[in-house]
Amino acid sequence: MKRGALFTAAAGAAAIFGAGSAWAAEGAPTPGGVHFQEPATAVMRDIVSFHDNWLMPIIVGVSVFVLALLLWIIVRFNRRANPTPRKFTHNLLIEVIWTIAPVIILVVIASQSFPLIIKQETIPTSEYTLKVTGNSWFWAYEYQDLGVSITSSILPDDEVVARNAGNPEVPARRLLSTTEPLVVPVGANVHVLVTSNDVIHAWAVPSFGVKEDAIMGRVNETWFNVETAGVYYGQCSELCGKDHAFMPIEVRAVSRAEFAQWVVAQGGTMPGAPAAGAGEAPEAAAVGPTR
Amino acid sequence: MSHHDAAHAGGPHEVHGDHRPSIYDPRRWLFSTNHKDIGTMYLVFAIVAGLIGGAMSGLIRWELKEPGITFLPHLVHVPHAILQQVQSGIMNAEQLWAWKVDAAKHFYDTLVTYHGLIMIFFMVMPAMIGGFGNWFVPLMIGAPDMAFPRMNNISFWLLPVSFTLAMISFLVPGAGDHPGFGGGWTLYAPLSTNWGGGAHPSAYHDGPAMDFLILSLHIAGASSILGAINFITTIFNMRAPGMTMHRMPLFVWSMLVTVWLLVLSLPVLAGALTMLLTDRNFHTNFFNPAGGGDPVMYQHLFWFFGHPEVYILILPGFGMVSQIVSTFSRKPVFGYLGMAYAMVSIGLIGFVVWAHHMYTVGMGLDLEAYFIAATMVIAVPTGIKIFSWIATMWGGSIDFKVPMLWAIGFIFLFTVGGVTGVVLANSGVDTSFHDTYYVVAHFHYVLSLGAVFAIFGGFFYWIPKMSGYRYNGFLAGLQFWIMFIGVNIVFFPQHFLGAQGMPRRHVDYNDAYQYWNNISTIGYVITAVGVLVFLVTLAEMFLVKRKAGANPWGEGANTLEWSLSSPPPFHQFNELPVIKPEAGH
Repeated sequence: MKRGALFTAAAGAAAIFGAGSAWAAEGAPTPGGVHFQEPATAVMRDIVSFHDNWLMPIIVGVSVFVLALLLWIIVRFNRRANPTPRKFTHNLLIEVIWTIAPVIILVVIASQSFPLIIKQETIPTSEYTLKVTGNSWFWAYEYQDLGVSITSSILPDDEVVARNAGNPEVPARRLLSTTEPLVVPVGANVHVLVTSNDVIHAWAVPSFGVKEDAIMGRVNETWFNVETAGVYYGQCSELCGKDHAFMPIEVRAVSRAEFAQWVVAQGGTMPGAPAAGAGEAPEAAAVGPTR
Repeated sequence: MSHHDAAHAGGPHEVHGDHRPSIYDPRRWLFSTNHKDIGTMYLVFAIVAGLIGGAMSGLIRWELKEPGITFLPHLVHVPHAILQQVQSGIMNAEQLWAWKVDAAKHFYDTLVTYHGLIMIFFMVMPAMIGGFGNWFVPLMIGAPDMAFPRMNNISFWLLPVSFTLAMISFLVPGAGDHPGFGGGWTLYAPLSTNWGGGAHPSAYHDGPAMDFLILSLHIAGASSILGAINFITTIFNMRAPGMTMHRMPLFVWSMLVTVWLLVLSLPVLAGALTMLLTDRNFHTNFFNPAGGGDPVMYQHLFWFFGHPEVYILILPGFGMVSQIVSTFSRKPVFGYLGMAYAMVSIGLIGFVVWAHHMYTVGMGLDLEAYFIAATMVIAVPTGIKIFSWIATMWGGSIDFKVPMLWAIGFIFLFTVGGVTGVVLANSGVDTSFHDTYYVVAHFHYVLSLGAVFAIFGGFFYWIPKMSGYRYNGFLAGLQFWIMFIGVNIVFFPQHFLGAQGMPRRHVDYNDAYQYWNNISTIGYVITAVGVLVFLVTLAEMFLVKRKAGANPWGEGANTLEWSLSSPPPFHQFNELPVIKPEAGH
């Protein structure tokens, strides 16, 4: 944080974390839940719809079909019901059918699967570029174009209790809340670059439909566009040693105005805005399309 | 077993000059070149390893019963230096507990790692390939023994050596002061390296645990490769007259495909492990980007072995289920050639789908599209197998003896595990499920409820042949029902946890995940009772000694092993049986 930015920082924090009803959405697991977390991006909605409308009916159908055949066999072809076994060993027609039918089902699945991965893997023109760096055992975030960089560690259990004692707007969640949440703007394409400083980690936010390995010596990329303001949690999703379960991801999606305030509060500069606080506006003030 | 032989003397199948040594003669086992004795040693080894690996999963489930790290800290090893600090008052009780909690995090990771390695390399593979393969491949093809009996001996005896090294690895320092390797059975670099440095040297594995593990897996791999060569030679060259390839029982076909996968995939693992070894000890940089290497290369090499490996674990089960279903339906296998070549094609396609384990590694659109398509293709031959088993039962006169219960359980639960595999094949959805409990549920449905059900089915199918005794049908049936209910309660809720986003290999979880974790742990307790009933069934069988006779299963059991006495003579087929065309399929 740069000199002179302290006051702005305090004001910004108040503006963002004390804001009125901005926290309608929460991307977190629900007790006893059996389904996906609530989607917050178009990609995640597509994942849920592909899973619920195509994959689930097919796999439940196949399983129930096999179960029904087995139950019928148990009832109809047990030793008492059918004392003399038949001796057939071939039936060309049925063999052709049970080879072709799965092929057709798989083609149907693929027809839905490929558009989804094209959507996931084609990174659209993005307003912001976020660099995520995995470390043992915390995450570092950088909006290099905006001159913002933060590190985000797990919020210790006693602080979770302490924070919740004050009935905060956003309750702290054990193992999910962080000391310094990542803030992203609502409705903007964010291009995410993911890498690691040491072992392999994976940056994942279930309600965004995003999971990308953080690998030393590589920069992986993905993207998201959060639709509703809210707080969204994720956890490291590649075994990275002792504290693998203790490097959560907390993302707060806020309005563009609030995002601009946060950037300034962190000592950064929004593109087009005059340099706030000390320091120079970054060279790449015009954060244009990254591709 | 000498008194047993005396009881059998003069029996119809007794072979003259059956020089079966006493079971109390250690030379019989140490120097054994007899495929049946070696098979028995493999089975005993697999049961012992399975109990150890199963106990580890019990510790995992007990820790995960409720949120917080509450159970494992009681079990961690506290080194002398820490105890001294406690005694001299530098460390108070609260600090000691905090130290134990920290140590328990690594301990949990090691339990996950060694549970996986033990179940794969020291339980399922020895039981299926070493145990049932050794026992029944020669019997089923009408061979007197394996092609290389002395190589068979070293194949087995390398395994206890390998297991001992793995257990040493579990106990010696792994990451910093923490004992054992905690990087998962996949041993991903750089976590499995000792590059260390930086703020957290214990984020890597700088201790000797990983080196012991590399050595252990090298030896286990050598053991498997030697065994595989033995099976290939035996099956290609030692079939009885008239036993053509297309008349071999499907269990022999499944073993043939399995051992080819072993021979082709294990050297790749050996290469990856050796590179890891030199990266750790001789400053090579195969997987170190700082020296021009690539950590992702390790994953490609590992999964080029690892994916065929999962078919190695399940294919012998396919073979056993085929024998069992045909026997108890009293009907020949439906679509024999389709069944055999479905296994061959599963084996072949199994070599070109490895990167579906790595969808989140950043491979890009084209590769993802290829691996989605290739992976889903496997569903076709797998579907042929499922439907052919059903068609084998269709029109049959089915006896629901215990092996048949396991086989039918296998068919349904493997289907459930298979369809979630089709879900995971789609990398778009895998983005959500990757490295969550959904994956844990999927591979336990195909392995814990698939491969293990097949092993129990094969065990109860062949134990009368192997031991000469009949098991207690009530006890064995009770075990089936307890375990069927138990394992489903363990693993079905894990689909829900995965969909909710709970990552795997996490020692602690947010309270929202408690409900299903608690139920999963209850399922474990039920399963453990089932395992106890299994041990009681075994003990009861050997104590009561009900004679089984040559063929306890009747007309449906028509493969060659049932033409011999139970147990078979120490050396069988001194005169080779001649297989006539009509005895085929």
